[in-house]
This record gives sequence, structure tokens and C-alpha cells, in this order.
Amino acid sequence: MAVSRINEAGLNINQYGNRRLTYNGAMNVWQRGTSADSATNGDYMCDRWRIALAGLDGNLDWDRETSSTPDGFSNALKISMDASETSLDAGDYAIVTQRFEGQDLQQLQKGSSGAKKLSLSFWVRSSVASTYTVDLYDEDNTRSISKSYTINTADTWEFKKIVFEGDTSGALDNDANLSLHTHFWLDAGSAFTSGTFSTVWGAVSNTTRVYGTTGWLESTSPTFYITGVQLEVGDTATDFEHRSFGDELARCQRYYYQITATASTNPIFAAAWWDDTTTARGTVFLPCTMRTTPSVGYSTLANLQALDPNVVWNNFTAVALTSESSEYTAHLSVTTGGGGTNSDASSFRVIGTDNINFSAEL
Amino acid sequence: MSMNITSAQYVSDRLSEENMSIQAVIDGKQYSVPLNPDNIHYAAILEWAKEDGNEIQAAE
Repeated sequence: MAVSRINEAGLNINQYGNRRLTYNGAMNVWQRGTSADSATNGDYMCDRWRIALAGLDGNLDWDRETSSTPDGFSNALKISMDASETSLDAGDYAIVTQRFEGQDLQQLQKGSSGAKKLSLSFWVRSSVASTYTVDLYDEDNTRSISKSYTINTADTWEFKKIVFEGDTSGALDNDANLSLHTHFWLDAGSAFTSGTFSTVWGAVSNTTRVYGTTGWLESTSPTFYITGVQLEVGDTATDFEHRSFGDELARCQRYYYQITATASTNPIFAAAWWDDTTTARGTVFLPCTMRTTPSVGYSTLANLQALDPNVVWNNFTAVALTSESSEYTAHLSVTTGGGGTNSDASSFRVIGTDNINFSAEL
Repeated sequence: MSMNITSAQYVSDRLSEENMSIQAVIDGKQYSVPLNPDNIHYAAILEWAKEDGNEIQAAE
């Protein structure tokens, strides 16, 4: 049958792929680990999901939740506090965020008369029944739109759908840099709640961004869970678009790639060669084209090693990216305790359940 | 929501002696940061260096 004869109205929209703009919406990819205590502002939790926080009296922790999740989901992101706020100060907040490149959002036609609506759907559960806020923040034009949703029953999974109007002002840059944030506000002080809550696109005004204080930060041992997050173009929230783990991991690795040693595996991460007795160079072939040249992160240099011609592993004492690095390959210059011979081949590995990571996050 | 940068020092290429990256401690973690303005760590270091008292140390 000719394509022109297909009646689109008769198709199930949920058959269409690539509707979900959100990365790792089912919280299945956790390259950095599956829990952390005492998160700091800007930390990433599960892949692509970031915590923004300010002024908290207690420690904010995050975990992968696997035992209590909505039907069809095996993972959720859990946020908790080990102590409640003694007093919620004006500038206090805790937000779960995700960031997007402008070039991935050109179909929104933002800043034109044809600007598209966006639908956001998600499963959420909180120890505090209250009215919460989620917003979209346009980094290129410093504009935002907020919407509220109500969690009706404490400690119960609820499914929410929100529609954001299109914005006829402020086009998003067509590049690989940060253009849009989604912010799930867990709570905020009066600096974000004191004005009249605005639910339309406009220049960012902090005092009108958040519906109100939820009471989450001031409650005892609060918890907040979220999964099944789907941001999509249009005014209809469709069924969650599930992807394979490999598909979702590959998408996340455009922004972050971590090589982790386990108790039984010390993975090789670079093909290398010796410059002289103590210095070597190696090339890490990144798993996909990353957003930009990544930073290299590590914790303990002694857990990174170079192999010498006598089949001895030598601990790094320094590691640095060279100017030959790019979004395709990370080229490393390392110094070791010795053992090499000029021009001999080498390999680099990570040991001790440690990791080396490559970050090109937004 | 800015990064907490506690140290930053250029690293130079042993052969060309030109700066090739920055060794930095950001939010308590160690990074080798490329000199690429699209990299958010590098952009944050440049902003940090504009503040009084902050300086990217020269390569050794």
C-alpha cells in the first residue's frame, strides 16, 4: 500500500518512536553508582539527572529505588534528607533537574508563531502530600514557565501529566550547548515563592517561579521518588517510551562515560606507549561522539596504572589531557613511578573498584 | 548553582611547552580539564579566575 494511503488518524501514536526528549526517564542508567550520601550542589545522580540545592541544614542523599516502583518500571530515583530544616531560609531549595542541548529542541519552534506545546508526564511519590512545582527554564533567553501539580496522598505513587504552552518569544540556540532545563522543585524558600505564581512564559522572576513552600524540607526524614519521566512535543502525554538499556546508555554517554573496576575486573581503558622511563601517552576511544571535549575525572591516582615491557603495572603519579583530545578521543599524558622504555607499547587500566570518567555534561 | 573550584593549574606539553589542559579540584573532585570553552568545567574555571583572589596557576 502506498504510504500516502495510510490514515494517520487510525494509528496508535504510541507506536511512534523517539517521542521522549528526556534522557534516562526510567532511571535505568547509573554509571556513577547507585547511591550517595551528602550530595553537593550540581552532583549528578543517575545519568543525566542532577541535584541543585542551596542552604540545606541536613544532608541530602540519593539512591536507586528498586523495591517499590510503579508497574512497568524497575527503577526510580529516591531523594531523602537525614535531617529536616530547622528553619527554611528564603534562599533554600532542593531541585531535581535535567538539561538539554539547543540543537535537540529545534522542533519546538520556540520563539516563533508556530511554537509547540510540551507535555511532561511522570510517576512521583513523596512523604509529604502537597502542591509541588515543575518548571522549564530557557537558558538562552532567561525565560521560564512554571506549573504546579498536587501529590494527594503521602508515600503513594501517583502519575502526573502537565502541559506547557509554546513560547513565541526567545528562540533556542541551534548548538550543542545548554538551552533548556527542567526543574522538579522539591521545596523552596520565600525567595522563590513570595510573588504571585506565574504559569505562563515570561522573563525569569524568581519570586513567582514556585507555587509555594511544600513543607518537604522541614518535615522529618522526607523522601521523594520519581521515575517514568517523559517530556515530549505536543499537548498530549503519550505512554512512556521504553528503550533498551543499551540504547539509553549510549544516549547518556554523549555526556558522561565512566570506566569502573570491580572486585573481579580491572578494565583496560587506553592503548598507550612509553615516551621514556616514567612518562607515557595513551588514547581513550570514547564510546560515541561526546557533546564536547570531556574533562577527565579520577579520585586516586594510584588506582590508575600503566603496563611496562616487563609486564609490571606502574601507578600513575600524574595524568593530564593533551591538546590532541577531542569529542572523539581523550588523549592522556601520564607520569608513573618508572618501568617504561621509549616507544614500547603500553596499556592503561583502573583497579581497586575505582573509576576514571569522562564528562561533557551541560 | 555555580561550581566550587578550590584549585586550578595549567599543565603544559613536555615537548611544545604550551598549555594543554588545567588540573583542577572542582566540588572536591580531581579533574583534568580541556581548554575548550564548550566544556562546562573550563567555562567555570574562567569565570572563577575573574574573581578577586583567584588565579589559574602557571604550569610547573
